[in-house]
Amino acid sequence: MKLTRRGVLATTAAALAAPALVRAQGTQPIRIGEINSYTTLPAFTVPYRNGWQLRVEQINAAGGVLGRPLEVIWRDDAGRPQDAVRLAGELLDNERVDLLAGTFFSHIGLAVADFALQRKRLFVASEPLTDALVWEKGNRYTFRLRPSTYMQAAMLVEEAAKLPAKRWVTVAPNYEYGQSAVKWFKQLLQAKRPDVEFVAEQWPALGRIDAGATVQALAQARPDAIFNVTFGPDLTNFVRQGNTRGLFERRAVVSLLTGEPEYLDPLADETPQGWIVTGYPWDQVNTPEHVAFRDAYRARFNDYPRLGTVVGYDTITAIAEALKKAGTTDNERLVEALRGLNFQSPFGRVTFRALDHQSTLGAFVGKTGLRNNRGTMVDWRYADGKDYLPPDDEVRRMRPQQA
Amino acid sequence: MDFILIQSLTGLSNASALFLIASGLTVIFGVTRIVNFAHGSFYMLGAYLAWTIVRGLWDWGGREPWLFVLGVLAAAVAVGLIGLLIEIVLLRRIYRAPELFQLLATFGVVLVIQDATLGLWGPEDLPLPRPPWLRAFVDIAGERFPRYDLVLVFVGPVVLGLLWLLFHRTRFGVLVRAATQDREMVAALGVDQRKLFSGVFFLGSALAGLGGALILPSQSANLQMDLSIIAEAFVVVVVGGMGSVPGAFLASLLIAEVQAFGIVLVPKITLVLVFLVMAAVLMVRPYGLLGKPQAHARPSAGMVEPVLRPAPNLLGWAGLAALVVAASAPFWAGAYALTVLVELAVFVLFAASLHLMMGPGGVVSFGHAAYFGLGAYGAALGLRYLAMPMEGGLVLAPLFAGLFGLLFGVFVVRLSGVYLAMLTLAFAQIVWAATFQWVEFTGGDNGILGVWPSPWAADKAAYLWLALALCIGGTLLLRRLIFSPFGYGLRAARDSELRAEAIGLHIARLRLVAFTIAAAAAGLAGGVYAYAKGSVFPTYISIPKSVDALLMVLLGGVQTVTGPIVGAIAYHGLFVGILQATAYWRAALGLVIVVLVLAFPQGIAGFTRARWERARGIEVA
Repeated sequence: MKLTRRGVLATTAAALAAPALVRAQGTQPIRIGEINSYTTLPAFTVPYRNGWQLRVEQINAAGGVLGRPLEVIWRDDAGRPQDAVRLAGELLDNERVDLLAGTFFSHIGLAVADFALQRKRLFVASEPLTDALVWEKGNRYTFRLRPSTYMQAAMLVEEAAKLPAKRWVTVAPNYEYGQSAVKWFKQLLQAKRPDVEFVAEQWPALGRIDAGATVQALAQARPDAIFNVTFGPDLTNFVRQGNTRGLFERRAVVSLLTGEPEYLDPLADETPQGWIVTGYPWDQVNTPEHVAFRDAYRARFNDYPRLGTVVGYDTITAIAEALKKAGTTDNERLVEALRGLNFQSPFGRVTFRALDHQSTLGAFVGKTGLRNNRGTMVDWRYADGKDYLPPDDEVRRMRPQQA
Repeated sequence: MDFILIQSLTGLSNASALFLIASGLTVIFGVTRIVNFAHGSFYMLGAYLAWTIVRGLWDWGGREPWLFVLGVLAAAVAVGLIGLLIEIVLLRRIYRAPELFQLLATFGVVLVIQDATLGLWGPEDLPLPRPPWLRAFVDIAGERFPRYDLVLVFVGPVVLGLLWLLFHRTRFGVLVRAATQDREMVAALGVDQRKLFSGVFFLGSALAGLGGALILPSQSANLQMDLSIIAEAFVVVVVGGMGSVPGAFLASLLIAEVQAFGIVLVPKITLVLVFLVMAAVLMVRPYGLLGKPQAHARPSAGMVEPVLRPAPNLLGWAGLAALVVAASAPFWAGAYALTVLVELAVFVLFAASLHLMMGPGGVVSFGHAAYFGLGAYGAALGLRYLAMPMEGGLVLAPLFAGLFGLLFGVFVVRLSGVYLAMLTLAFAQIVWAATFQWVEFTGGDNGILGVWPSPWAADKAAYLWLALALCIGGTLLLRRLIFSPFGYGLRAARDSELRAEAIGLHIARLRLVAFTIAAAAAGLAGGVYAYAKGSVFPTYISIPKSVDALLMVLLGGVQTVTGPIVGAIAYHGLFVGILQATAYWRAALGLVIVVLVLAFPQGIAGFTRARWERARGIEVA
């Protein structure tokens, strides 16, 4: 069968011309269009999808929102911003979703946020970390759940400033996330401790770290402490080479995101001890809301939650609460409802700031340790996001006027 | 001094791993002339299989070194067998296809293996637990050096030695070397090519699998391994000289050492260092360090380049009807369909611009997305710094891209064959890295947002008509160019350089002009795309985008002028459709591509044209 232009167009036309089912408004589900990099980063997105599935099931079992069930139409963006934008259009125009949510990569988050602004539709960004999403490139229709690069760097600086170390080196993946993390860490640490100096830096390409050479280059600078931003396979590689070559001995290491189970588990019995990290000690948080969440997840999926799970779970909770507060699916009213919205997360109470649409979801800060030959976090505490944001006037300066 | 010693040793151990992968690739290319995109997938499979096999062996007999070695070798052999299977089932059927068509098939294999690996081993990274003897280190000049890395330093030369023995002391090796030099002659002398190719494919895949298995103690087996290694492997092969194993060894030494010291001197150069080295080497030695000029591939019987005839009337009417249907879409199709149609129009022009180079020009470009992205960035930068409206941006886009095409083309047209293709890739990666890292000017990987059309074109219907006018218009202009005296000159240069020069055609100038025009056309496509999406990112310049363009041209058929149009619509239509249809879209798309490749060895349009001509009794020249 030949694939001709006509064939493709005819099929598309037929699909679109099919009569839509007419249902009574009352039982028509509220549709959330979710876009994420499902195949590109399955280690994060599989638990993430489980998380939002769990929450949707819980909400629908309790009667739904505004008397209507929630439905999530999800799409895989293949890790490309151009496809994410097209899919966002498809969800809005074909599937007639009520709002958009999701994305993982920072540039995809930015692309969909810009698209949402153009179309004047609500977009609840769950995972992208870039500060620009709510600051330099922030807009009225975009809200972000996850604590940003700035916030997590600030959490770590609080601990790093207590260390006696004066000579620091940084190692971060060579793209916006790594560059921002290092920039904020340097700025905030030097503000607290003017005596520290950054003597060397390494910028391995994402996913292609030359770990042995990088470790040697860092050791060559004879630092007192290291700030690490690598994650995933790069982190595993870096840790193994660093351990064998003794890079971490008698040195403090401050590391972003390493305490999250997605990145901690692959380190297994080689997990370095005493690194100051942000993360999620899923097995040790025993607040009532977290225990309920953890038990529900384990019962449903026979697996333990990851940080992605909490992000997916909270995204749906936040949307559901906003719908309840607004009483409608009209996007303008939802935007107003989300500003200042307060909701319950497994981590505690979280607010979406009206100032910059950033949520105050925090992270756990602690040290890495080994228990039963597996990596874990010790001496940890919950760092509430609202304490790690810049002063309001600084934020207003960064955000565009009309946002 | 100590640091230099240690860093050199580190570089040497990396060189060994790199050499293993590159040697397999160069052996495969040297004999079969297949650009094996799936080589990275074999590397990844080697790591995953080694993870399973070694852990199984360790569970059975304790964590012994000899069991580790056994497991690694078993994994390598297993990967070799998988490669052999792919060669027998798939590649063997398409050896007669035009050059590079097998690239399309191997790309389909990459996609299938990606999803298969995800399905079999799950989404998480899989680290190999290291027993104490794998964590040991030796003291060298006061610093600690991992013992395992030290062993790896010797693995490279040992494998090189074994390969040398294989190629110089066995009959198989003699045949491989002969086939690398002159494949047709070897066939003429009565050697069974099929067995030779299968053997070579087994060897090459096994080497890749061995490379993947050997790096397992250093890092976990993960799902991004295949794509992260393949570009570097190609660079090493090209720098060394395609088909030359000692060349691959030298090149891997060079690149690994340059990287080991480069990151100390200029830490941010990690993105582009490898490509800078390749560009530098190719400009000085156009065939790589130890490569020889490729023997002119004599066309096998009956496979001359077909004569390009003007389209039969039926095709012209069919095209017109399709255009009318597309233009009338706003009246009967939904908003989403209009978005897809705009994308299809853009990719038609993109593919047609690449086809100008590949088909009539006979020049393959692996970095064509650079001009597409440069066009998009031209429009976006015009908006950002010159407050240019959409109309200005759409004029700036092709000019910007054409300028870079001219600039790079000057160097590119001096080479030929795969080396030319790799130099275009190098330039594309350099442009990508510059866009990525020059954050103040280009916005870095956060891109430039807010690139929306002017109010009169903001309506979807209006933009669709604009896109159709520009893109289809551009494609038709390119077609006109192919049938013009310039196009004839280009084809003459492709078919026989010597004769063309003899009658006074200036080949380099012809190709440079064609390159510039192709770049400008791609830039226009990029500009239209930028305004359609509203934002531009360095991903528009990335390797996957270049690969997309190649696939569209190959799928449609390199030898026909309608090929890129059909190929763009088919490939992008398939991608869009399958992406939404299933979670395992990569496997589905890969299988569909493989099926299409087997069914249409000359590409879809090529196949159609061949059938048409046979039905009409027109002889193939």
